[in-house]
Amino acid sequence: MIGNLDLSFFNWELVSNFLAKGFWFSIQLTLIAMAGGIVFGTALALCRLSGRPWLALPAATYVNTMRSIPLVMVILWFFLLIPFLIGRSMGAELSALITFTLFEAAYYSEIMRAGIQSVARGQVYAGYALGLTYGQTMRLIVLPQAFRNMLPVLLTQTIILFQDTSLVYAIGAYDLLKGFEVAGKNFNRPVEAYLLAAVVYFVICFSLSSVVKKLQTRIAIIS
Amino acid sequence: MHLEWGFFLRDIGDGETTYLSWLLSAWGWTLAVAGCAWVLALLLGSVVGTLRTMQVTWVASLANAWVELFRNIPLLVQIFLWYHVIPSLIPPLRDVPSFVLVVFGLGLFTSSRVAEQVRAGIQSLPHGQRHAGMALGLTTAQTYRYVLLPMAFRIVIPPLTSEAMNIIKNSSVAFAVSISELTLFAMQAQEETSRGIEVYLAVTTLYIITAMTINRLMALIEKRVRVPGYVGGDR
Repeated sequence: MIGNLDLSFFNWELVSNFLAKGFWFSIQLTLIAMAGGIVFGTALALCRLSGRPWLALPAATYVNTMRSIPLVMVILWFFLLIPFLIGRSMGAELSALITFTLFEAAYYSEIMRAGIQSVARGQVYAGYALGLTYGQTMRLIVLPQAFRNMLPVLLTQTIILFQDTSLVYAIGAYDLLKGFEVAGKNFNRPVEAYLLAAVVYFVICFSLSSVVKKLQTRIAIIS
Repeated sequence: MHLEWGFFLRDIGDGETTYLSWLLSAWGWTLAVAGCAWVLALLLGSVVGTLRTMQVTWVASLANAWVELFRNIPLLVQIFLWYHVIPSLIPPLRDVPSFVLVVFGLGLFTSSRVAEQVRAGIQSLPHGQRHAGMALGLTTAQTYRYVLLPMAFRIVIPPLTSEAMNIIKNSSVAFAVSISELTLFAMQAQEETSRGIEVYLAVTTLYIITAMTINRLMALIEKRVRVPGYVGGDR
């Protein structure tokens, strides 16, 4: 019953011994996959919008394939394939970092594609009229506006990414959830540990999404 | 790279089941988990999404709280809550099979996303629709039943299609509580046969086939229910 819940095991020692390491990895995974995913995703989006079939087709295939496979399966695939390709085994944590970066790129690329398409066509023509090259027009005129328009969506995707990092459970990487699980096993209090995990994830994700909501109203370019 | 598919016809060690029949039964579990959770998500999500557009503030806030709660906790953590926490807090639930618990976990998680789409669908209707219903003397319930919801549900079919495809993908998380679905099959068969690439290829193909089938099915529904002159309908 609820009365049997015992949270006394939750103290500073538990945080530093079990949770800090996992939390740090979850944050690292989120930030690296976000940065790498946005860079690679933007490149994919530019390929798809380039109008050259030999660029657009592979990029579209990549994005659509990634988006139609469950993340857990993608994690398993990379964990199986990376050692096969590089010839030696790789830790679950490093494998997760590579997987998430490549997987999230597909989702970020769809956001960036929508962002680039939301920039008025006249902006591109204006760039060309000023004598800028395609690359300069993209870098100096289109992408800054696309980023600004899409910032709330990119951040929302990052919150989803943070939640999804818990799926590294499939290959046994030590993330925040794993930290709670190990702590729960150690103190023989699994119920409380899972409950606390839910509370912690909720507080983090809820406050982040409140921030994004505020940002949304502030950052929009009034057109 | 040399692929070798013969092991699918091999026995898994119990004398009657082959890896192929195990794979197909795992596919069945994936469909069962996702299908049952989808029904639950659609029912709850429609109700919660509709309540969010009500003019009564406390009802709308309660429905909003539902969405925030189920949206801000990772699915895997929610599945663990249903599997490990809820049965130990509520003893009568101790004998509920894990399949049911996973269906509730996945269903409630998805219900918040369905609710979000349904709310957006209703709010995308012109205000005049609600006012017209009231002007005709319809009650709030009647306005929703005869004026708002029939249009809103047609509008949300495309986003619901992607949610339906998501629920197939998300059902893979059920591996974590030992439901014998495709992902758990992939992990176990990979370990037993050491033919990971073939196993993963088969499982991935089944996931893609399932998602594509749902996509076509929803497109068919969309075509059947469209209203002439409206969203995607004939002019």
